[in-house]
Amino acid sequence: MLSQKDILQTQDMIDKRHLDIRTITMGISLLDCSDTDVNVCAQKIYEKICRRAENLVRVGQDIEWEFGIPIVNKRISVTPISLVGAACREDSLVPLAIAMDKAAKEVGVNFIGGFSALVQKGCTDSDWKLIRSIPEAMRQTERVCASVNVGSTKAGINMDAVAEMGRIIKKTAELTADNDGLGCAKLVVFANAVEDNPFMAGAFHGVGESECVLNVGVSGPGVVYHALQSVKGQPFDVVAETIKKTAFRITRMGQIVGVEASKRLNVPFGIVDLSLAPTPAVGDSVARILEEMGLEVCGTHGTTAALALLNDAVKKGGVMASNHVGGLSGAFIPVSEDEGMIAAAEAGVLALDKLEAMTCVCSVGLDMIAVPGDTSAATISAIIADEAAIGMVNTKTTAVRIIPAPGKVVGDRVEMGGLLGSAPVMPVHDQSAEQFIARGGRIPAPLQSLKN
Amino acid sequence: MKAVVTVVGKDRVGIIANVCLELAKYQINVLDISQTVMQGYFTMMMVVDVSGCNVPLAELCKAMDAKGQEMGLSIRVQREDIFEAMHRV
Repeated sequence: MLSQKDILQTQDMIDKRHLDIRTITMGISLLDCSDTDVNVCAQKIYEKICRRAENLVRVGQDIEWEFGIPIVNKRISVTPISLVGAACREDSLVPLAIAMDKAAKEVGVNFIGGFSALVQKGCTDSDWKLIRSIPEAMRQTERVCASVNVGSTKAGINMDAVAEMGRIIKKTAELTADNDGLGCAKLVVFANAVEDNPFMAGAFHGVGESECVLNVGVSGPGVVYHALQSVKGQPFDVVAETIKKTAFRITRMGQIVGVEASKRLNVPFGIVDLSLAPTPAVGDSVARILEEMGLEVCGTHGTTAALALLNDAVKKGGVMASNHVGGLSGAFIPVSEDEGMIAAAEAGVLALDKLEAMTCVCSVGLDMIAVPGDTSAATISAIIADEAAIGMVNTKTTAVRIIPAPGKVVGDRVEMGGLLGSAPVMPVHDQSAEQFIARGGRIPAPLQSLKN
Repeated sequence: MKAVVTVVGKDRVGIIANVCLELAKYQINVLDISQTVMQGYFTMMMVVDVSGCNVPLAELCKAMDAKGQEMGLSIRVQREDIFEAMHRV
């Protein structure tokens, strides 16, 4: 029998602690949409997405009402478009992005991911076409997200692609300069990208996935923060246990919503991504959790250890709550989307170098970071290379989503709006990595034994 | 299928009567009621059987939410399994 306490506790988490389902994301295979004519391919893509995702938003809304829990985003991920568009004769794959955008608007989802290429070992002609179409695709579309996987533990790092991505990010920022380089907020560079990630901007539907699948991403930094307030001053054993119990509850919510949605949509349930995804709202911050553990400001010494504990405890608590766990699973540290991170960066405590260290132990990587508009392409590539190296050596997913905001300097602020938030422009090192990036080639895959 | 109805608001005459009347319109059977009044605030929880509900469940949830606003209360209908999932291993 349910107790009043349990019921009120759940409602309190939703009403006051920002507990929500961050996203239900439908993964759709587009492998059957290829064509030698890019416009025919685009039409097939549009039709297939509209057919498969026709009821996604309505079903999501019904479930929100029935369970009384907000499902903040309904989204779609598709097969990496460099594969779908490989047969196209034309040089530009932008029409395929436009078709995705049109379909996303038609079915009512706010983002669609998968304008992607997986080039960890090398680039096909189609991969290059896709990568070079990204800036224009980001300019011409509103809801399409792009991602490129440039490295993996098994393949090493494709430094030609890393070099190109520095230039692509710069160009994307220039083409979307009217919006402070907003295009870059929808573009992620990965190492060890996962095939079932429900979160944007890095979601795509991997080739190892089934025809259509439903993945769920949960969120609840506010709930964890609140739970930790009740164990002030206690040892880390208690802190870890408290986080685990909270993560269990959050994940169970994701599991039940995912199973229900997949049943109604007649699509197999994929995974729950056990994530702590912050939003710019006060009380929904990962940084504030780290501070609650005893740090004066996020970014000071001790932050990496605090984040390591948090990330691990979230996984341990969540893993038992779901029958299939996947995606990125862990704590996200996007600067612009986290009120506490923004404050720490503005106070000058949280620097890029510390964020890089934090990415060694957290879910993803350098996320939603604004840097000065005059940052060179080579410097951006070097930041990507560093991050990819961390992922490659530590057998984890890492990513870079960086915005070289046109015309902005350190101390300025970039406004992205909505869930993307706003980011203070952070300083980068002035010294050049030009010659390092100009070498090209591949960084070999690392040894998996003799680990020290 | 069971659902939990939570009603919160300032205590006054006829809250239970009105909520039950509204639920009856949708052919919903009340299985269990508990209520407390704390510092003038009325909190009622009901477990109800929605198997016979004559509208889709999401519609009922919306209608009861609207009824709550009309009465100056918060009325929430949620499927029971979400609480089971969160609080039972």
